[in-house]
Amino acid sequence: MKVHEYQAKALMAQFGIPTPHGEVAATPAEAAAITGRLGGRSVLKAQVYAGGRGKAGGIKVANSPKEAESLARQLLGTRLVTHQTTPEGLPVQKLLVEQTIDIHDQAYLSIVVDSSARMPVIMASAAGGIEIEEVASKSPEKILKVHVDPATGFQTYLGQKLAYGMGMDKESARATAALIGNLYRLFEAKDCSLAEINPLAVTNSGKILAVDAKLNFDDNALFRHKDIEALHDTAQEDPREVQAEAWGVKNYVKVDGSIGCMVNGAGLAMAVMDLITLSGGRPANFLDIGTANNPDRVVNSFKIFLSDPDVKAILVNIFGGIARVDVITRGIVEAHKQMKVNVPAVIRLAGTNVEEGKRILKESNLKYIEASDFRDAAVKAVRAARGG
Amino acid sequence: MSILIDRNTRLLIQGITGEEGSFHAERCLKYGTKLVAGVTPGKGGTKVLNGVPVFDTVDRAVRETEANASLIFVPAPCAADAILEASDAGIGVVICITEGIPILDMVKVHRHIAGTGIRLIGPNCPGVISPGQCLAGIMSGDIHLPGNVGVVSRSGTLTYETVAQLTQLGIGQSTCVGIGGDPLPGSTFVDMLKLFDRDTDTKAVVLIGEIGGSLEQDAAAYIKAGFKKPVVAYLAGGTAPSGRRMGHAGAIISGASGRAQDKAAALSAAGVAVSPSPATIGETMKKVLDGLQ
Repeated sequence: MKVHEYQAKALMAQFGIPTPHGEVAATPAEAAAITGRLGGRSVLKAQVYAGGRGKAGGIKVANSPKEAESLARQLLGTRLVTHQTTPEGLPVQKLLVEQTIDIHDQAYLSIVVDSSARMPVIMASAAGGIEIEEVASKSPEKILKVHVDPATGFQTYLGQKLAYGMGMDKESARATAALIGNLYRLFEAKDCSLAEINPLAVTNSGKILAVDAKLNFDDNALFRHKDIEALHDTAQEDPREVQAEAWGVKNYVKVDGSIGCMVNGAGLAMAVMDLITLSGGRPANFLDIGTANNPDRVVNSFKIFLSDPDVKAILVNIFGGIARVDVITRGIVEAHKQMKVNVPAVIRLAGTNVEEGKRILKESNLKYIEASDFRDAAVKAVRAARGG
Repeated sequence: MSILIDRNTRLLIQGITGEEGSFHAERCLKYGTKLVAGVTPGKGGTKVLNGVPVFDTVDRAVRETEANASLIFVPAPCAADAILEASDAGIGVVICITEGIPILDMVKVHRHIAGTGIRLIGPNCPGVISPGQCLAGIMSGDIHLPGNVGVVSRSGTLTYETVAQLTQLGIGQSTCVGIGGDPLPGSTFVDMLKLFDRDTDTKAVVLIGEIGGSLEQDAAAYIKAGFKKPVVAYLAGGTAPSGRRMGHAGAIISGASGRAQDKAAALSAAGVAVSPSPATIGETMKKVLDGLQ
């Protein structure tokens, strides 16, 4: 799960990490007032769940409250398109209005779990401020790494190794080493999947500040962090995905094709998308119906498909294991009772209780296209989506 | 022969009295698995499924029944604890079905079990089956056929599709292992290839990978360095969008890393027969096996 920059900074501040002074504005008048409180000059930063905001025009400097008001008016209510967003972009509903910083040096700092080492890794680089992927590909030696052994936890020397390793002077290195320790404590305490500060600024007056901050959280750990879960901003997500989630269909990802797919299992769902593409079509979504034997979830999946104008055909591929085919087909029949299914549906069934499932479909007198295996299903769905 | 589990495996199920645990315990038992014990704290002394004894702790269960493999259905918030309990009780093979364990919990588990010699499969996996011998998982036993092809996969249902294709062509399986869809799996493709390498009854291996991480590239390097048995592979998610998590916690392309195309290229370069479609995995294996004769 992602959060906004202002929320990440508030969390960092709770863990003793210095951040610039600033407040959140939802209106141009608020932006002007905050700028006034900051001494008449500010940086306005669009709050969206994506990077690359600076280049996309989502970060502006205001030299007066009046200018802040007019810049805020330009930004608020628009959609910001960056290289990390879809072409539709993301809605700008809030701005972080911050003091301007005189940056002397900028470093990079991040923590993730290194899946090869199976422990958290802290990465630091004196080449901050730019995209770290660029540093990693052009000059990987500029990225320093230390692993944190979960048996000992974070140790002081790790922070010192990174801070002095970046060539910082004594004062900056002391402050940075302490900051790294605090960032690690935040990462661990809140079950982050990513904690990133880029840039970590050394100001002209020698202060260390987290000028930009990003925190992502492990979805699997949200059950023990209700405070974090509450920060989720659904306006930053695809409305269809938000609706799907509300209907209990959690593993739904919208993509740009015309065939709505409902599959059990994530790997199989990806494979069905691949098969549709190999057969000359395009899937409209990824959807793993999961293992809970729940006909309502099937009904809701159909609701999602039918509310999506891109969907010209539906492909159902179920290989029953824990998921029982008869339960799924009861859901399909119920979906047809509750709504008018006005696009062709191709159905392929196999596995646990398949005979019972097929009987239920047959006796319901539904109109659907039967497929013998998943390749057959993909070919028939592609044909059906083209109106053949 | 087989890897990990066979007809002599003495299986214990942690979470046997839960809804999932009891349902699958019965299926494992019906398949012929030697299910010797269940563990649910607070329910020790009772019996389930016409005579399987339930214990309060894994330690007690192991001492009284000599269980040597464990299958875990414990809910995610307690699952890491369950793995550690199995490990500390001296269980050799621990298979964790549970989905949704926090990654930092798994970091601690990995640190604790490193060097102990226990073999952890999963979490977030369908389990293991050695057809005709032992089922320790949630897959349907009846689609499997005893034979000489090993199957290792990050996916559950896609493995069923693959196995169904193999069985339909008369190609039996030695052992099918789901290593799971999490970013920190207990066992990797390389771990399983090492076991298949030593198993004299495994003549060839099917490897089902997907987007995210670099387990497939690691497998490619290992195969290139001297894995002699033929390998057929399929990589799911060639059409998945970048930056989006596709169901599995570990299935996400970040930037240019973790793409299916790169994994396929690495495996091809290592001499693996990569099936371009999930529908032709069985056919590809048949060609490979026909070529061996």
